[in-house]
Amino acid sequence: MAWYIAKRLFYAALILLGVSFITYLLLFLIPADPARQIAGRSATPEVVANIRHQLGLDLPFYEQYLRYLWQLLHGDLGRSYVQRSQVSDLMAARIGPTLQLMAAGIGFELLIGISLGLVAAIKRNSGLDRALMAFSFIGVSSPHFIAAMLALYFFAVKLGWFPLGGYGGIEHLLLPAITLGVLGSGWYSRMVRSSMIEVLHQDFIRTARAKGLTRVRVLLRHVLPNAIIPVIPMIGIDIGIFMSGLVVVESVFGWPGLGQLAWQAIQQVDIPIIVGVTTLSAVAIVLGNLVADLAVLLVDPRIDVKNS
Amino acid sequence: MNLLMALLKRKSVAASLLFILIVVVAAVFAPWLAPYDPTRQFFDGLTLEGAPLPPNADFYFGTDLLGRDLLSRIIYGARTSLIIGVVSNGIAVIIGTLVGVTAGFVRGWTGSILMRLTDLMMSFPALLLAIALAAILRPSLWIVALVIAMVNWVQIARVIYSETISIAAKDFVAVERTIGASSLRILLSHLLPHLLPTILVWATLGISTTVLLEATLSFLGVGVQPPMPSWGNIIFESQTYFTSALWLVLFPGVAIVALSLSFNLVGDALRDELDPTLKGRL
Repeated sequence: MAWYIAKRLFYAALILLGVSFITYLLLFLIPADPARQIAGRSATPEVVANIRHQLGLDLPFYEQYLRYLWQLLHGDLGRSYVQRSQVSDLMAARIGPTLQLMAAGIGFELLIGISLGLVAAIKRNSGLDRALMAFSFIGVSSPHFIAAMLALYFFAVKLGWFPLGGYGGIEHLLLPAITLGVLGSGWYSRMVRSSMIEVLHQDFIRTARAKGLTRVRVLLRHVLPNAIIPVIPMIGIDIGIFMSGLVVVESVFGWPGLGQLAWQAIQQVDIPIIVGVTTLSAVAIVLGNLVADLAVLLVDPRIDVKNS
Repeated sequence: MNLLMALLKRKSVAASLLFILIVVVAAVFAPWLAPYDPTRQFFDGLTLEGAPLPPNADFYFGTDLLGRDLLSRIIYGARTSLIIGVVSNGIAVIIGTLVGVTAGFVRGWTGSILMRLTDLMMSFPALLLAIALAAILRPSLWIVALVIAMVNWVQIARVIYSETISIAAKDFVAVERTIGASSLRILLSHLLPHLLPTILVWATLGISTTVLLEATLSFLGVGVQPPMPSWGNIIFESQTYFTSALWLVLFPGVAIVALSLSFNLVGDALRDELDPTLKGRL
């Protein structure tokens, strides 16, 4: 067990190192010369060379990478081209709202996904089952920006149930969170449905029914806890898909989080910010997967780590 | 042929194939089908106040913010979606299959390096990585196709990798080896034919992802650039106005969802038909 955890931690660190290398390559690929941009148009070649030296741009590739890695480990993601301030400061100001929306959005994904999957599995092969699965399919086939715009139009503009985007209390949070939840719930509901059906066929469920437990009790106490286990690693994988949706939903709803920051950076071609948000998301995904893999060990003692 | 008949028996799949056919026809024959030139700005295409026109007898889908015919732009936009869907997904399938088969068949160091690379790619959110690449490379149609391929091959590689391993472990492959077949022969005449159904399923499902990703990139302004119409950039151009001109979002939006849903449904049905053990379980 300890060996497995150590191996898993080492592996996560290795992936993070790879992540830093790729984000460095992205920054390295930028066609414009940052030294020239900072120096301005009327700078003499000596001034430009001086700035290049200060930024370490005259060092060999691997030394520049090590320097970048060192800065990254200290939370330094470079400077924004447009706003001239530290990318990490800009991101720190946005992380709170993003975490709120993420928690609420993933909460809705799980709530909607698990309950729809549960109902579909109980009523399997009925009209209701087919309707729910069709719904989940439409959800995973819809781009976030269209769903977000239509939700904003119908529920905020036409019906006036929610405010027209922006940041604030729970009423501002609900509509973007539900939009993210509905679109992301599709994979969960399909997965819960198929794993529920698998569990329902097992002997211990028949035994539980035979010893006189009620249907509801068997479902909630025996079927659901077993069927829900594959959902845990799924959350880890889902974080990546979720982050992509977040950029779009935040920009449509004007939610002042990291996604909106990235969106503004896209419009101004402010690449350090885009790469900064990408780096942070990748770190979140690696850590999310790590936590999910370790959590599933705690939840399900049957998993044999020696053979995995 | 049997496969096609089995697929057509499902109403949802028949409808999906019909919709895909309509989009293909629209894309191929766009110059003849579109009522107007998609980039022409009509003098009478805007109201006196300068607002876009809602759907009417002259412009069936209404006009956009510049007074261009929306229906014509959507018909031409089908070209963009399909070209990117086919080209970019084709590249992704080729890269994914090469990586997956190599990693699964060669194993050893090469295999683990390749699979660690796919793990690494999996830890980036596809959209953000595509945005970063597109922003750096300055988007055009082909760059967008390439960028989407570069973030989309990973899933196929993983599926093909595990398929390759399970097929390579089967007895008939061992038998082939003992009668002296070379690795290349096993690869080409035994592994690849067995992988073909999987490749077909994921190639179909992948078009759906590609269409969504192109639309999203174009919506964010780093995809296909105006004036070339794409379903995503039609919405990008009209987003400031959409609360008073919903048709500008609704028509291209429905087109994107329907196309992506169609490829998903066909891919899912293909998986059911080609792998009967999964029937009804997923």
